[in-house]
Amino acid sequence: MSQLFPKSANKLPLQIIIFLIVFAAVVTAATTYYATPEYTRVGYAPVQPVPFSHALHNGQLGINCRYCHSNVEKTGFANIPTSQTCMNCHNQIKADSPLLAPVRASYESGNPVPWIQIHQVPDYVYFNHSVHINRGVSCVECHGQVNEMETVRHEKSLSMGFCLDCHRDPAPRLRPLDKITDLNWTPAQMAEHDKWAADFIARNKIAPPQSCTGCHR
Amino acid sequence: MRYAYIILALLCVVLVTLLGFRGATSTNPPRQVFPDDVFPQMTNQDKYLPQSASPFFADGRSDRPVPAGAVARGTPVDDDILATGQTAPGQFLHGFPAGIVIDAGLLARGRNRYNIYCQPCHGALGDGNGITKHYGMGATPSYHDDRFRQMPEGEIFNTITHGKSTMLSYADKLTPHDRWAVVAYVRALQRAEQGSVNDVPAAHKTDLGLK
Repeated sequence: MSQLFPKSANKLPLQIIIFLIVFAAVVTAATTYYATPEYTRVGYAPVQPVPFSHALHNGQLGINCRYCHSNVEKTGFANIPTSQTCMNCHNQIKADSPLLAPVRASYESGNPVPWIQIHQVPDYVYFNHSVHINRGVSCVECHGQVNEMETVRHEKSLSMGFCLDCHRDPAPRLRPLDKITDLNWTPAQMAEHDKWAADFIARNKIAPPQSCTGCHR
Repeated sequence: MRYAYIILALLCVVLVTLLGFRGATSTNPPRQVFPDDVFPQMTNQDKYLPQSASPFFADGRSDRPVPAGAVARGTPVDDDILATGQTAPGQFLHGFPAGIVIDAGLLARGRNRYNIYCQPCHGALGDGNGITKHYGMGATPSYHDDRFRQMPEGEIFNTITHGKSTMLSYADKLTPHDRWAVVAYVRALQRAEQGSVNDVPAAHKTDLGLK
């Protein structure tokens, strides 16, 4: 009677186990790479109903972030401006531009311009803009250099790890409150930033929560 | 066994081909790692967020208009001199209302708010030479005209609140207290424009290279 299995079959169980380990490693790597916000969210740059350029309005003209996002210091939500805010200038500047037709229609009818939200944390995350802005965390830390963007692009991952990096060690990302909307400012522009930051943290009792309930309820 | 590794390698190639790399710019909405059908009430919960959409209300939004006559907590009521700048209808207040204390803090707040909301048109010095002038904004008056120097504080407050000719209302951006702070800072700008070397305190003259 001939043998049912060749001699090489003796090695098979070990080879299968090694393959499964390699396979699991590949699956883990692929999940880490593709199923995280670094891949799913970063780079999102939708086409808006009006091709508003932050590079022009903020970067070139120097209009402060808070001119339009006027509630960011007071509330948890950084508001999209009313169309009246646009009309403050655009009732005279480029008042007949076809690109601004949705804004004019909104101003007359009272219905909002259907802007598309880009930065959005999941509904189980409670992020508060005002507490960050009033404690020296600039817009640029989470939104990137919006002052250089023709079209706003989702620049940072806003993943939980991203939040925790700063909550564990806020000092390098803090800045004086009068530089809060200066998106080109870097700590290198300040002499002895680490000393200033340590003092700022002590004075304002900054203790970013690292427990679950800090951000999840 | 060799075939299993070849198939795995091919699968990786197909995956990278289909999904690309991290950080590529795209107009497609973000992919859901936890789809709503499988994980209901997680990423998207049945609750209203600010400025969100609502299928319930006729105008399709969750933010509701403020009913007429409503007063937010902590804000002065409509006929309060703090909120109108008028002692009687059409009579503008000269000076500041009793609740406003003029100090360095108020002026600092006024300067901060002025530089955000007023400077684009009125200019950092209040001379009407803001950045918008270069882009077709009609003539923005200078605060340093006699007409504005004589204007009662209450009328400046009223202009910020309700706008005037092509300037629209800034009441939604500046609280009544902030508006009075801006009025105080405008007065400071007007005073500074008329400043002379005699106004510089002796202690600071050397800093400025003055005798």
